[in-house]
Amino acid sequence: MIPRIGVLAIQGDYEAHARALREAGAEAVLVRKPEQLSGLDGLVLPGGESTTFLKFLERDGFLGVLREFVSIKPTFGTCAGCILLAEEVLRPAQESLGVLHATVERNAYGRQIDSSIQVAETALKGGPLEMVYIRAPRIVNTGADVRVLAERDGFPVLVEQGHLLASTFHPELSADRRVHRHFVEMVLAGREPSNRNS
Amino acid sequence: MAEHTKNGLTGVAGGSSAGLRLKTGLAEMLKGGVIMDVMSVEQARIAEQAGAVAVMALERVPAMIRAEGGVARMARPSLIKEIIASVSIPVMAKARIGHFAEAQVLQHLGVDFIDESEVLTPADETHHIDKHAFTTPFVCGARDLGEALRRVAEGAAMIRTKGEAGTGDVVHAVKHMRQIVKEMRALTVLSEEELYAAAKEHRAPYELIRMVAKTGKLPVPNFSAGGIATPADAALMMQLGAEAVFVGSGIFMKERATPLDVELNAAGKFNNPAERAEAESRARAIVRATTHYQDPAIVAECSEECLGSMKGLAVNAIEESQMLQTRGW
Repeated sequence: MIPRIGVLAIQGDYEAHARALREAGAEAVLVRKPEQLSGLDGLVLPGGESTTFLKFLERDGFLGVLREFVSIKPTFGTCAGCILLAEEVLRPAQESLGVLHATVERNAYGRQIDSSIQVAETALKGGPLEMVYIRAPRIVNTGADVRVLAERDGFPVLVEQGHLLASTFHPELSADRRVHRHFVEMVLAGREPSNRNS
Repeated sequence: MAEHTKNGLTGVAGGSSAGLRLKTGLAEMLKGGVIMDVMSVEQARIAEQAGAVAVMALERVPAMIRAEGGVARMARPSLIKEIIASVSIPVMAKARIGHFAEAQVLQHLGVDFIDESEVLTPADETHHIDKHAFTTPFVCGARDLGEALRRVAEGAAMIRTKGEAGTGDVVHAVKHMRQIVKEMRALTVLSEEELYAAAKEHRAPYELIRMVAKTGKLPVPNFSAGGIATPADAALMMQLGAEAVFVGSGIFMKERATPLDVELNAAGKFNNPAERAEAESRARAIVRATTHYQDPAIVAECSEECLGSMKGLAVNAIEESQMLQTRGW
């Protein structure tokens, strides 16, 4: 079965994600309106500007519909997408979907001049992974049910929580498809939400 | 890793391929969005609130530069710093063509993107800035494929159509986008040996010509600027192949700006709450139309929600010598 995975296409590098998903064996569908979420097996929240995403989500009940979707369906957020998934956002505090049990600080590494490409070990098989950080956020706190798959300077950069996957870097901007393949596998396995109290 | 330290001073990573990937990486994040010219903290906040993906900090929007004349230079550092401190989205600023010292200052201030812009008065009649020498990414204007690729060769991480800034007339943004797209398409059907002649015709490096011939696309993101003033203008440019749009004077220049208005506008202030609300409505509407550019029903809604529009100046009424787009070589 080829899973149908949506990519939120309000703005940002959604085309890069769509390409990465196709290379990882999924069908990619661009999502610009709430009704386009129906029938999807999973969703990617791409990189971009989280403040811009929120402006669109605040309209036409999009935020509510999206929150419902990401509460049960496998969802992968990168950078701005990770910020959107988080329970708490700092610098500045802003609205979010609140499903990922984590606190995320925006632009935590500085401005564009501080953007960087790192190579580091992850819990994924296949050796070190290239990680492209663009004005990246930092996950400063995680809940007990959040599994950390990779870190940078002691802070999580790739995390998993039941049906959710999030990274503060941009795997879609690298040629290595392991992170997207991992997400496609999560979708195919029909991952369920974690039980916070378990 | 290539080390360029001549003009960028500290730009060690600037010329490496990793450096270029980081630069175009930020441009990727801006795709599908609107970058707005702002002249004050108040306008920057309005832009962010409206959903802009970035702001361009400048002293005067192009329409004022056009009206007032004089030498247009980089914005003052205090203004740029205030704007950087007041919004969470990326902040861009303009340097004069060839003025690498202004670019060094902008990089030092922590600006996220530098626009080497024909809207400002050029500082060098022959050379553009060696953009490889900087860590901060650059965007440059272009009217055709050759000009775009010359800028890419110099290290630009994003190209934008020049259009004719400060007019509110989209005609030249359309012309330049169609020209670039047409020339790229033409390259894709040429044989290998024809590409050498094409490189000569376009006055662009052969390697870049070859890259475009293979992919049918520019090696860096291709945005649109210069005269976009309405939601439908934004939708038009996106359908013609722009990956994002810059809106300059179209948001914060009111319909019939009197000399007094221009003065107030220059301070980034509004005459009254109604004027502010109008600017907010224009900003919001253009942002929404840019995302939903393929959906006429939504673009219609945006056009309806958009209060007032820039009066504008027809490009064909401007004398050749007053054109901004002919600056840059």
